[in-house]
Amino acid sequence: MKYKTLAISDPAKLIYGVAPNPIETRHGMRIGGGLIYPELNFTLPDINIRKEAMPEIARHYKQIVTEALERAAELEAPGVMLEFETLPPMTEHPALGMEIVNILLEGIERAHGKYGLKATLRCTPNDNREFIRPPVMRSGRYWDAMLELFDQSAAAGAEFLSIESVGGKELHDDALVNGDLRAVLFSLCVMGVRDMNFIWEHIVAIAAKHGVHAAGDTACGFGNTAMVLAERKMIPRVFAAVVRAVTAVRSLVAYECGAVGPGKDCGYENPILKAITGCPMSMEGKTAACAHLSPMGNLAAATADLWSNESVQNIKLLGGMAPTCYMEQLIYDCRLMNTAAAEGEASALKMRDWLVKSDAGLDPQAMIITPESSVAIANAIVASPSHYAAGIAAARAAVKILRETSEAGCLRIDAREAGWLDRMEDELDDMPDTEDAFIEEMMEEVDLEKFTPADYGLPTTASA
Amino acid sequence: MSTIEDLKTAVINGRRKDVKTLVPELLESGIEPSALLSQALIPAMGVVGERFKNNEIFVPEMLVSARAMKEAMNVLEPKLLEAGIRPEHTALIGTVEGDLHDIGKNLVATMWKGAGFDVIDLGVNVPAARFIEAIEEHKPHIVGLSALLTTTMPAMRDTVAAIREAGHTSVKLLVGGAPITQSYANEIGADGYSRDAASAVDAAKEALGV
Ligand code: B1M
Repeated sequence: MKYKTLAISDPAKLIYGVAPNPIETRHGMRIGGGLIYPELNFTLPDINIRKEAMPEIARHYKQIVTEALERAAELEAPGVMLEFETLPPMTEHPALGMEIVNILLEGIERAHGKYGLKATLRCTPNDNREFIRPPVMRSGRYWDAMLELFDQSAAAGAEFLSIESVGGKELHDDALVNGDLRAVLFSLCVMGVRDMNFIWEHIVAIAAKHGVHAAGDTACGFGNTAMVLAERKMIPRVFAAVVRAVTAVRSLVAYECGAVGPGKDCGYENPILKAITGCPMSMEGKTAACAHLSPMGNLAAATADLWSNESVQNIKLLGGMAPTCYMEQLIYDCRLMNTAAAEGEASALKMRDWLVKSDAGLDPQAMIITPESSVAIANAIVASPSHYAAGIAAARAAVKILRETSEAGCLRIDAREAGWLDRMEDELDDMPDTEDAFIEEMMEEVDLEKFTPADYGLPTTASA
Repeated sequence: MSTIEDLKTAVINGRRKDVKTLVPELLESGIEPSALLSQALIPAMGVVGERFKNNEIFVPEMLVSARAMKEAMNVLEPKLLEAGIRPEHTALIGTVEGDLHDIGKNLVATMWKGAGFDVIDLGVNVPAARFIEAIEEHKPHIVGLSALLTTTMPAMRDTVAAIREAGHTSVKLLVGGAPITQSYANEIGADGYSRDAASAVDAAKEALGV
C-alpha cells in the first residue's frame, strides 16, 4: 500500500473545487485549484458503428463539440473538460477512435481561437478484453488496440487518459446478484487490484511518453452495476453501499501506479480517493440521470472538481441537441457552486453541506460518500497493510457507518434490508486472516471457466 | 410423511438441503416426476417470481430458490427424459452482437427456467448467424434477444431480420433491454417485448399464445 496517511484528513476540507494536488491544463484550467468545471460526456444515438457509417458518426461528434462549446462560451464557462468515452468498435479499431479524437481536438482549438474558451479532452478507450470469454487480460488484439488508442490519442493532444477497466468483473456480476460479499472482495481486492497494477503501469508510461496526464480509473462495472441493481430494487441498498466502499481499494491502485486525476466521473468512490490521494476528482449526479438513476444526485457534487453528466445521446431535445442542453445544466450547477465559493470558505462549506444533507439520510449509498464517511473509510484503507486487508477494513467501516447513522436516526434503512448488515458483518468475521489463505479457499469455490487465473498471477488450483 | 406441498415450501424458502432429501423421498412414495415439476417446482417459482415482482424479496433471495429448484431438477430431469417428457417450451436467449451486457438477460433466463422452460443461453456478443445455427439445432419455440447499447440496437434489428430471412418464420422473437421499447420491438418485427425480467414470463406466454 503506497498511501499511509490521508491527503485530506479533516472532513471540512474535503470540498468541491479544491484538491491538494491540482492539475493545470494547456489552456490554463487549474482542476482542483479553486473552481469546479463542467465535464461533458456524450454518445451516439441508434447507429451501427462501422466504417461506412463513419461520415455520419463524424458529423455527430462535430455537431456535439461545435454546439456544446459554443454554448459554453456564451455562458462564459471558465473552462470545460470534454470526455470522449469511446464505443467498443472505436477502441477495437483505433483508426475509428482517432478520427473522433481529432474532430474533438479540432473543435476544442476552434473554440479556443474563436472565443478564448479554455477546454481540454479526456480520452477513455474501452476495456474490450472481455469480448473474449474467458477474457484474455494481458495480451491479444483487444489489449494491443486499447494501448494503441491510448498512445495515439495522447500523441494527438488528448490531455487526460482514463479507462473503466474490467479486471475482476468476471466473478463480480454473480457476486452482486447473489449478494455474496466474500466474492465481491475476491473480485475487487484480489483480482481487480492485480489487474489494475498491470494496466495502470502501461497507461502511466504512455502518459509520461507524451507529457499528458494519466487521470484515473473507475470501478463503474462494479459499484455502479451494484447501484443500478439497488436502484431497481434487485439487491439491497446497504449491500450496494458496502460494495461501493470496497471499490475504493481497487480504484486506488491507479493512483498508486502514478495516476494524478481527475478521477473518472462515474467513480462514486472518488470522494474516498480524493481524501487519500489529494488528487482532483470528477463526479456525476443528478446531471447523469440521462445515463442512469442514482440516489445521490446532489451529494455527489459536494466534493467534485469536475461535474459531469456521464453520457447523453446526441438527440434533439426541445432546447437543442442533448449534449448542448447538458452542457448548459452543468455550467449552471458549477456557476452556482463557484459563486458560493467566491464568497469565502464559510459559504462554500454551507453550499457543500446543503448538497450533502439533501441526500445523505435518504439512502445508504449516499451516506457512504459524505465527507465524514469518506474520510472514515479512507482512514480504514490507509491503516491497512495490504489491499486485501484494506477491502475488509473498508467494508467494516461502511457497515459501521450504516449501522451507527441509522441507529442515530440520521439514515433511513428499509426494514427488509436491516438483516443484511448482520449478514455482511458475519461474512467479514469469517474472512481468513491472510490473503494467501483467502486465495486458497476461493480457488476451490470459483468458476474457473470464467477467468484465467494466470492472467492475474493467481495459482490455477488451490494446491498449485 | 412429506408432501408435494413440503417440496414447494422448501423451494420457495430456498432450502436446498431439504429439497435434496425431499425429492427422492417423494419419488419413492410413488409420485411421478412430472407431478413434482408441475405441482411443486413451477408453482414455487411462480410464488417467488411474484414476490420479486412485488418487491418483497431481492434477486439474491430469488436465486437461492432458483438453485433449490435446480437441485431438484438434477434428479428429475433424467427421469423426465427417460419417460419421454420434455419441457413444453424451449427458449433460446442471448445478448446481440457487439454487446456484453448480460445481467438483465440472465435474470430473464432465470425467470423462464422458473416457469419450466428449457432455456439455452447463448451468452453475450452473439452474432445473428449463431442465433440461426442454434435455432436450427434446438428448434426453440421462442428466442429472446437482449441489447443494452443504443449502438447495438441495429444488431438486434439485423438479427430479427436474419432469423426471418433464414426461413424461421414461426419461432417467436422476444426482445428487451434498457434502450428497447415496445414501439421499437414493433418496428423491427419482434413478436413480443418486456420491460423487465419479472414480466418476461407473461410476455413469452403471450407471444406463444398460451
Ligand atoms: C429477451 O427478452 C428480454 C426481456 C427483457 C429484458 C431483456 C431481454 N434484456 C433485458 N431485459 C429487461 O429485463 C432486465 C431485468 O429486469 C432488465 O435488464 P437491464 O440490463 O436493463 O437491467 C439490469 C438488471 C441492470 N442493469 C444493468 O446491468 C445495466 C446497468 C448499466 C449501468 C451498465 C452496466 C452495469 C455495465 N456496462 Co454499460 N451499463 C449501462 C447501464 C445503464 C442503464 N441505464 O442501463 C449502459 C447501458 N452502458 C453503457 C456503456 C456506454 C457501456 N457499458 C459497458 C460496459 C458495462 C459493464 C461491463 C461495466 C456493465 C455490464 C455488466 C454486465 N455483465 O452486464 C461498455 C460496453 C460494453 C459492451 N460492448 O457491451 C460501455 C461502452 C462503457 C465503456 N466505457 O466501456 C451506456 C450505454 C450508452 C449507449 N450508447 O447506449 C449505459 C446506458 C451507461 C452509461 N454510461 O450511460 C430489462 O432491460
